[in-house]
Amino acid sequence: MPDTPNIIEVRDLRKVYRVGEVDVHALRGANLDVPRGEFLAVVGPSGSGKSTLFHILGGLAAPTSGSIVMDGQDLRSLTDEGRTELRKKTVGFVFQKYNLLPTLSARDNIEIARSIAHRSGPQEEWFKDALKLLGLDSRLDHKPRALSGGEQQRVAIARAIVNHPAILLADEPTGNLDTKNSDAVLNLLRQLNKQIGQTILMITHNPEAAQFADRTVHMRDGQIVEAPPKE
Amino acid sequence: MINKLVIENLKHRPVRTFLSMVAIGIEVTMVLTLVGLSYGMLEESARRARGVGADIIIRPPGSSALTLSNAPMPEKLLEYFGKLPHVKIVTGTVVHPLVFPESVTGIDLATFSSMSGGFNYLSGGPFQAADDLIVDEHYARQGKLKVGQQIKLINRTWRVCGIVESGKLARLFVQLPVLQELESNQGKLSQIYLQADNETETQSIIAGLKGTPALKEYGIYSTSELVSMFSVNNLPGLKAFIWVIIGLGIVIGFLVVFLSMYTAVLERTREIGVLKAIGASPSYILNILLRETAVLAFFGSIVGIGLSFVSRWLIMTLVPASLQQKVMPEWWLICMGISLVGALLGTLYPAWKAATQDAIDALAYD
Repeated sequence: MPDTPNIIEVRDLRKVYRVGEVDVHALRGANLDVPRGEFLAVVGPSGSGKSTLFHILGGLAAPTSGSIVMDGQDLRSLTDEGRTELRKKTVGFVFQKYNLLPTLSARDNIEIARSIAHRSGPQEEWFKDALKLLGLDSRLDHKPRALSGGEQQRVAIARAIVNHPAILLADEPTGNLDTKNSDAVLNLLRQLNKQIGQTILMITHNPEAAQFADRTVHMRDGQIVEAPPKE
Repeated sequence: MINKLVIENLKHRPVRTFLSMVAIGIEVTMVLTLVGLSYGMLEESARRARGVGADIIIRPPGSSALTLSNAPMPEKLLEYFGKLPHVKIVTGTVVHPLVFPESVTGIDLATFSSMSGGFNYLSGGPFQAADDLIVDEHYARQGKLKVGQQIKLINRTWRVCGIVESGKLARLFVQLPVLQELESNQGKLSQIYLQADNETETQSIIAGLKGTPALKEYGIYSTSELVSMFSVNNLPGLKAFIWVIIGLGIVIGFLVVFLSMYTAVLERTREIGVLKAIGASPSYILNILLRETAVLAFFGSIVGIGLSFVSRWLIMTLVPASLQQKVMPEWWLICMGISLVGALLGTLYPAWKAATQDAIDALAYD
């Protein structure tokens, strides 16, 4: 276990994309500390750099410069293989579009994440409790096309936490859901955070969704600001 | 779990999976059918050569053991061979090639029957007139011929006088002098067959013949020696043909699987992104696609082996006299290997494309 109480420490993070002949500065020196066990909401308008931050924290993209220490690992030093290991063991993803594998049942969508992480044997007790919390018991043998949006997102959450990741990254997890299902999913994230101590970093443009988090930070022009930007 | 994903992926697109397997099956059937035909026709030729009952076969000067020739050997040689020690029966034939692989053989029925044990007539009987024709059962079935029916061959109308069990030299027989006259080769023979009074004397007779200066240029073979030449290894053209067929099989497998897997990878771009997001390495993605390909190739090969029996049945039903297809179990594994090699080659590019796909782009794919 690392000495620092922060599970994520981001310092002066920059990311520059080359689009055609133009450099796009998606992140311009972002700084962020996330204590272990926190439910943090990152709110900001489109183009503010939220998704880029999400991709870098999740090991899907490499930063241009700056430092990121996540659960004691320095992401700058990671190779492609290292980032693959990070996604396997340290972070779990929940996407706006659920992104379940359509050919597999809900149960197998969860199991394949365990299989990729080389975990076998029966599920741990804490995960069985989490499944009960997610209310998926009777829907696990259905394929995604037979599940509602809310159910699919709950399966996606189960898949994201099955390997007990240090951080759960959720990108607009309620973006495709109606109000009732949105509230249900957000309450579940909150319960997971409180009951099993899951650290959650949720990206959203919706201030109401952000209210479910312990803390909200805002992004603007590739930087993180604690207070909401003045209009 | 990876196997479950592979099977579910294949089940998810049943039509594509089915068509891919059928296409691989056709590739396997093509190889099995053509190789089966090559071996089947050679073995049938060997069987019919043995059916003559001769111990020694003499072919004209300059001819090869396995090709047909017209009639450059003088008939009077029969008398000479007949007087040699330990030679019991001598008979000569003339072969007139028709459209490949068919031919008409002129025989002296008395000596031929004496040497071969005689025809087993399924209907009709021996020659009665100059225009009489004896056909074997396969030729009769293929041509839907019955005894008494007339048939036109070599610009002449023949009457089917007998239908015989197959396995003795040829499928179509006419009287030797009639065919010699038709070919304007009176007194000439294509092949001469000798039967020894004792099989153990065969080599001594051959040695004597080969030691005769006048027969120096003649092809003199024991039947067992000639029959052993009916193998793919003795026919370089046939061997090359089989290699070409194998090559074509691999190319077909490559194209079929390339198209199938390329569309599968495109269609599954987002799913590949998801797998990467949950920690799947490029080798894991590669592994999924290679396993899918292996399953397609395996079951495609099973389909192909089944279809080769269908092609054999069709050949045996429609053209039993012209073509013989041998069932080749020893080639089943080879064909599986051929289809697997073609399929794996066809998967390499789509699999590489999938394995190296950027996860963020893949997740954004709609």
